[in-house]
Amino acid sequence: MEITRTVTIEPVTRLEGHGRIEIFLDSQGSVERAYFQVPELRGFEKFAQGRPAEDMPQITSRICGVCPTAHHMASTKALDALYQVTPPPAARKIRELVYSAFFVEDHALHFYFLGGPDFVVGPQAPASERNVLGVIAKVGIETGRKVIAMRRKLRELMALAAGKAAHPVFGLPGGVSKPLTVEDAARFREVADEAVDFACFTMDVFEKIVLGNSGYVNLILSDTFTHRTYYMGLVDENNHVNFYDGAIRVVAPDGHQWARFEPGEFLNHVAEHTEPWTYMKFCYLKELGWKGFSEGEDSGVYSVAPLARLNVADGMATPLAHQAYLKFHGTLGGRPVHHTLANHWARVVEMLYAAERMRELANDPELTDPTVRVLPTAIPCEGVGVVEAPRGTLVHHYRTDPRGIITGANLIVATQNNAARISMSVEKAAKKLITGGQVPDGILNMVEMAFRAYDPCLGCATHSLPGSMPLSVQVRDAAGAPLVVLRRDSHGTVRRE
Amino acid sequence: MPEAFEPKIVAFFCNWCTYLAADLAGTSRIKYAPNTRIVRVMCSGRVDPQFVLEAFAKGADGVLIGGCHPGDCHYQEGNYKALRRYELLRRLLNQLGIEDARFRLEWISAAEGDRVRVVVDDMVEKLRALGPRTPAYRREVA
Amino acid sequence: MKPKIAFYWCASCGGCEEAVVDLDEALLDVADAVEIVFWPVALDFKVKDLAAMPPGSILASFINGAIRNSEQREMVRLLRARSQVVVAFGICAQLGGIPGLANLSDAKGIFAEVYRDGVTPQTLYRENGHTLTLPEFFDTVAALDEVIDVDYYVPGCPPTPNLIRDAVSTLLGAELPPKGAVLAPDKALCEQCPRKDTRPEKLLLKEFKRVHQIVPDLQTCLLAQGLVCLGAATRAGCDARCIRGNMPCTGCFGPTSRVRDFGAKALSAVASVVDCNEQSVIAQIMDTLPDPVGTFYRYSLPSSLLGRRRME
Repeated sequence: MEITRTVTIEPVTRLEGHGRIEIFLDSQGSVERAYFQVPELRGFEKFAQGRPAEDMPQITSRICGVCPTAHHMASTKALDALYQVTPPPAARKIRELVYSAFFVEDHALHFYFLGGPDFVVGPQAPASERNVLGVIAKVGIETGRKVIAMRRKLRELMALAAGKAAHPVFGLPGGVSKPLTVEDAARFREVADEAVDFACFTMDVFEKIVLGNSGYVNLILSDTFTHRTYYMGLVDENNHVNFYDGAIRVVAPDGHQWARFEPGEFLNHVAEHTEPWTYMKFCYLKELGWKGFSEGEDSGVYSVAPLARLNVADGMATPLAHQAYLKFHGTLGGRPVHHTLANHWARVVEMLYAAERMRELANDPELTDPTVRVLPTAIPCEGVGVVEAPRGTLVHHYRTDPRGIITGANLIVATQNNAARISMSVEKAAKKLITGGQVPDGILNMVEMAFRAYDPCLGCATHSLPGSMPLSVQVRDAAGAPLVVLRRDSHGTVRRE
Repeated sequence: MPEAFEPKIVAFFCNWCTYLAADLAGTSRIKYAPNTRIVRVMCSGRVDPQFVLEAFAKGADGVLIGGCHPGDCHYQEGNYKALRRYELLRRLLNQLGIEDARFRLEWISAAEGDRVRVVVDDMVEKLRALGPRTPAYRREVA
Repeated sequence: MKPKIAFYWCASCGGCEEAVVDLDEALLDVADAVEIVFWPVALDFKVKDLAAMPPGSILASFINGAIRNSEQREMVRLLRARSQVVVAFGICAQLGGIPGLANLSDAKGIFAEVYRDGVTPQTLYRENGHTLTLPEFFDTVAALDEVIDVDYYVPGCPPTPNLIRDAVSTLLGAELPPKGAVLAPDKALCEQCPRKDTRPEKLLLKEFKRVHQIVPDLQTCLLAQGLVCLGAATRAGCDARCIRGNMPCTGCFGPTSRVRDFGAKALSAVASVVDCNEQSVIAQIMDTLPDPVGTFYRYSLPSSLLGRRRME
């Protein structure tokens, strides 16, 4: 077939990071192929080498200024593991409190500033209106101020505990840099209550504007924006969503649990694939293998982030969020939900959970305990830290010399897990929406909506999983003398020494 | 036949000790390698790390700082400051791919004209063995 | 007609974008006073819209991020041609930022680390008759003013809302500062630090501590407690937020105006507090500072005098 036209969307907008979509049309004006290209790369794993491990929470937060707290947290937890220290209870609670506040704020940012405008203003509204200012014009200035005020208060709180909201500084192996005072805790409680109200309000907005619009509902349920893939997320011991800690659970397209493992085993289950036309790499499930950009039981393609988390979890750990979870699955036909645009709804359910969790922690009497540090004494060697970032499962894996200087860093960053499915979503949307060579701006925006639902973070995603990192496990006796050393080389072979 | 590599050394010599020693070497007709470009400073403690970096940035193969022996500084503490800065700067330069042989701090008193010869000749020989510095990368953005 | 402004990001993390959104309610006032014609994180205008604008039609472009690849170079040249004023926004644009640490390696070294399954991204690739391009990944990261003429700088990682508010109103005001000005106070952070009264007259240390080795108290000068705090060498304007978080300053506001190479000056300041005159002991003390480049050049390697590591 003759290629008569190329349509380029450059740059993609209303997301974090750089991207471009190249659409190739055949002679009938139908889409032959669409590519979601990511033109950026910075090389953090390379320049992490030689850095002191304790500097990594602040260095890796610069992978992303929208979700710096996620990297900071994963990195800090990797340091806990590296130095084999457990933070005191107050420190753990402060961390999870800040993290919960961050989740409310980041999910709200996506809903009102990034992805939300497509629904609130309309997918085919003029380009100059499809943004937060258009949202405010639509919902009214009072609501606009409410959103801005909520974000401001949450970020002030994060700065109160973590030094800064943009690039926090408080993470240390074995704790956090400073305790919370009684006044600080009172402030957190006040804002947490507001956050729960705000999350409920946002759910109302979503239900009125999106679920109340049959056109949008049809769009969500349409085949154009649907893929049947595997799903991955962190769950606690009850298999409820947890952003801060837990085990990794993977469910298959038909919903049954396919795998459940500790974060340290991530590299046993996930591998990466490179394409010559993008700097971003594509994660896939190793056991199933890379079968190309395809879905279904046999393909290793999987998804992470809100929709995936609500698919892998049996429920939410807080009451209002759990009700919302039940309504979500009840309305959309049960687990797992394969409709990509349902990510927007799942994100609001998560906002509610994060706000309720924030309230729980803000009311915890241990929060203001002055002991927030345990000083490390072990010789560092290797550590893995995992969290759920707003955009998906995030793993920081460090190896150091005995002085704690990084010799190797593996970062498996949220959006990479979604990379394959995002590419598929963009191509499918392009193929279904563009016919007869008609490419008005509104249609092109609807193609962009296919990636926006994932809330991608492309600065994050241009991170590599640089193959297997050599791993060693040392088992010591009570006196600290080594009993067994197991080593896995970069080909995956394990030897016992 | 290719020209032998002649290392260029920028030398910062303190006014009260090393510079006088270099003068003495001159008047005593002591022959030593002509590879140094000498900059006279009042004290080795005057040498700002920026001077050292600028010398390397402009193409110096080596940088030499010469000062008074510990305890003899005309300004009491200046050479100790130079020593502390040197120890930290040396480590920084290593990380930037500049080997120890290229950056030296030496104590040379006014009477030690011959020591100037010994130090400079030794440094030139070591720099010749290292070879010319790899050229800086073409700045692709320009 | 409202003045037009634009925001763009190069090798950036998006934190500077968040900083603009951190103007909070004031953002609405800014949005009333100006017309934002390009801002990929928030608005849907595309490159073709920018290219179609007449030269100089944008009053001010705020560009953040370092220059890492050819696409970023082309975009900033385009913005320069369309703008009357260009502001290097954030420390990455001003000095290279944390992405500048990649100058300890080069394209080959980075690709070898990142792409290990036998496939490497190509600047030009053909598949089934489709031609795809990717920007060229440079060996060396550069600050913005190595590529285009820059009028003003706003430092920080990211800049604070106060700084941004002041910068915007300065640029919309009647009297513009001299070209090349850094729009932030021209003094060291020590002067603004809430702990400055606890800093001893003569600050001398027998060793340096790494942040995970001590529990610093909440009132005393952090450098006096042995942590490597760069406040003495770093420009003020950030309200000492890291110190309020009980962590030392890492230098993200760059130098004051009298300094050419930030890392060198910061190194000099730190070296001078070492309380020892004996070479072997000094050497031992310096060994307790394990990563000079990462400490002193964390945000400023590309703009430093040497600019990068010399590769073999």
